[in-house]
Amino acid sequence: MSKELIRLVNCRMDFDGETVLDSINIYFNDSEFLTLLGPSGCGKTTTLRIIGGFLQPTSGDVFFDGVRINDVPPHKRRVNTVFQKYALFPHLNVYENIAFGLRIAKLPNKEIDERVTEMLEIVSLRGFEKRKPDQLSGGQQQRVAIARALVNRPKVLLLDEPLGALDLRLRKDMQNELKRIQQQLGITFIYVTHDQEEALAMSDTVVVMDRGRIQQIGTPEGIYNEPKNAFVADFIGESNILDGIMRADYVVEFFGRKFRCLDKGFAPNEPVDVVIRPEDVDIVPADSGHLCGSVTSVTFKGVHYDTIVDFKGFKWLIQTTDYHAPGEYIGIRLTPDDIHVMKKSEYSGMFGDYSSYSAEYDEINDPDAVIGGEETPEEALNEE
Amino acid sequence: MKRAGKIWTAIVLLFLYAPMIVLFVGSFNDGRDLSEFEGFTFDNYIDFFEDSDSLRLLANSLILAVTSSAIATVLGTMATLGIQALRGRIRKLVMTLTNIPLVNPEIVTGISLSLLFVFIGRNMLGTENILGFGTLLIAHITFCLPYVILSVMPKLRQTDPSLMDAALDLGCTPLQGFFKVLLPQLTPGIIAGAIMSFTMSLDDFVISYFTYSAEFSTLPVEIYAIVRKPVPPMYYAMFTLLFFIILFVMIGMNIVQARDEKRHVRRTKNT
Repeated sequence: MSKELIRLVNCRMDFDGETVLDSINIYFNDSEFLTLLGPSGCGKTTTLRIIGGFLQPTSGDVFFDGVRINDVPPHKRRVNTVFQKYALFPHLNVYENIAFGLRIAKLPNKEIDERVTEMLEIVSLRGFEKRKPDQLSGGQQQRVAIARALVNRPKVLLLDEPLGALDLRLRKDMQNELKRIQQQLGITFIYVTHDQEEALAMSDTVVVMDRGRIQQIGTPEGIYNEPKNAFVADFIGESNILDGIMRADYVVEFFGRKFRCLDKGFAPNEPVDVVIRPEDVDIVPADSGHLCGSVTSVTFKGVHYDTIVDFKGFKWLIQTTDYHAPGEYIGIRLTPDDIHVMKKSEYSGMFGDYSSYSAEYDEINDPDAVIGGEETPEEALNEE
Repeated sequence: MKRAGKIWTAIVLLFLYAPMIVLFVGSFNDGRDLSEFEGFTFDNYIDFFEDSDSLRLLANSLILAVTSSAIATVLGTMATLGIQALRGRIRKLVMTLTNIPLVNPEIVTGISLSLLFVFIGRNMLGTENILGFGTLLIAHITFCLPYVILSVMPKLRQTDPSLMDAALDLGCTPLQGFFKVLLPQLTPGIIAGAIMSFTMSLDDFVISYFTYSAEFSTLPVEIYAIVRKPVPPMYYAMFTLLFFIILFVMIGMNIVQARDEKRHVRRTKNT
């Protein structure tokens, strides 16, 4: 097992009376690729700046290799940062930008030259030594920023949305590049992004944050397949999130029907959130479906169709490779694998609804409403 | 229409520079009177460089201009950093306060400085003769400061704040970070501020007039004393020289600014 390198204990951060980080507890292992993922304002950059030493937590402790480093200034930390807008030094050329940290450390010229050259090799920028940062493309500037940080052989590299300014194609290339560099050098990467695809593609561990709190920590697969609450389910990929009731272990009821599932350990009849991923749903003819509804809109997405299906006024997103025309009446089948049950949270009811009529959604949630399988949405509504 | 514009520009330039042309021509005139050109000569220049009094005055003015602009540049740059670190409303207030001396009538600034110096001299230092190089220097630094702040501030605003973070991140102490990373970004503004201060100090008359003493006088102040009498032609030579010194300094400043502008445009285009 790799050993623990950094630990934040009860870290809290207030700015002007506003809580940006709310008692964060987290540890970072040696040579892992960890991503802090969340929407803007969730506290991910603040966490990174606390580790980098640019901010001191209002309360709580930061440990590095077991030593408390709250009061250690950035220039004495064995951590380097790749900044959001690269922050390359405009008055220095590529070579001197990369050599900067080594010159500050007063290393002999020969060693500086060897290490800078090695770094230029790793980020494939040989031949660009004499260029000034403003003579480079965005992707090249990005690679200089990475080289400038890595040449100091930090124990940890902090990356603050480093690919945010690049176009899609370049971003994909740089994702692979970063992953390759991380594996080649075996350094801990702590990566901040709001792009869930990026997080899933690169990380060993993903930390999902929102409102200054950690929502879930896990592997990319774990977070995608077993989201802890409606926020995580919605933020990572697309999700249909329904209200359900846990009737017994392995049995959940929603839309007035009981389904087998793989979840247990809930109180009898506990209200829960049910997550169904759009790509897990199989569309079948109406008469053999567990649930039936009509297609309301279809969008072609290249690999699949985004099909919106109306089940009793609650609209689901279903991703299929087969085309179903709007107005078509279809059925769906769900296997226990397709259903993921989560405990109710503060986020319940805020996400996972693809209908624009939230009022209808509330009516459907009415426990007294009895909904059969064969009715059309209009009839279901009229019953109320 | 276009041609009319060109002609108009030419007329404006002619009016602006006609006095200088008269002076320039006069400085090579053999006669004592400007009304008649009596022959070409360098005698006026030779006279000037042989006159120890006027050379001493020129030296005084240059010493004062160099020291006051140097000190104003350092203080002004430090003040700019301090102002930038302030929060919104206080920053605006301080900026307004530093800008007021720019528009304050010079005679008011001059007299109030003079009163202040005499007051301090009499009541705190017990001397009647406080005026001299020291007071002149302080006065010049005072009116140069806002120009330095005004020319450094835009450079500081353009600078990405994370540059300093990056420097600290790479092992710089805050002081190293300032000299190795921040200062190079501010240099064009600092040079512009220094040049502006230098020229302002060199040609200041009003404020100097109220803060100088006979032991250390400056060129503009002494010239004022002699203009009522017929001006010796060697002064035409000196004025012409001064004009060209300032002209070259201004051209130099424009080149620095133009180059910086170009770099900035290129940078914004790339990102």
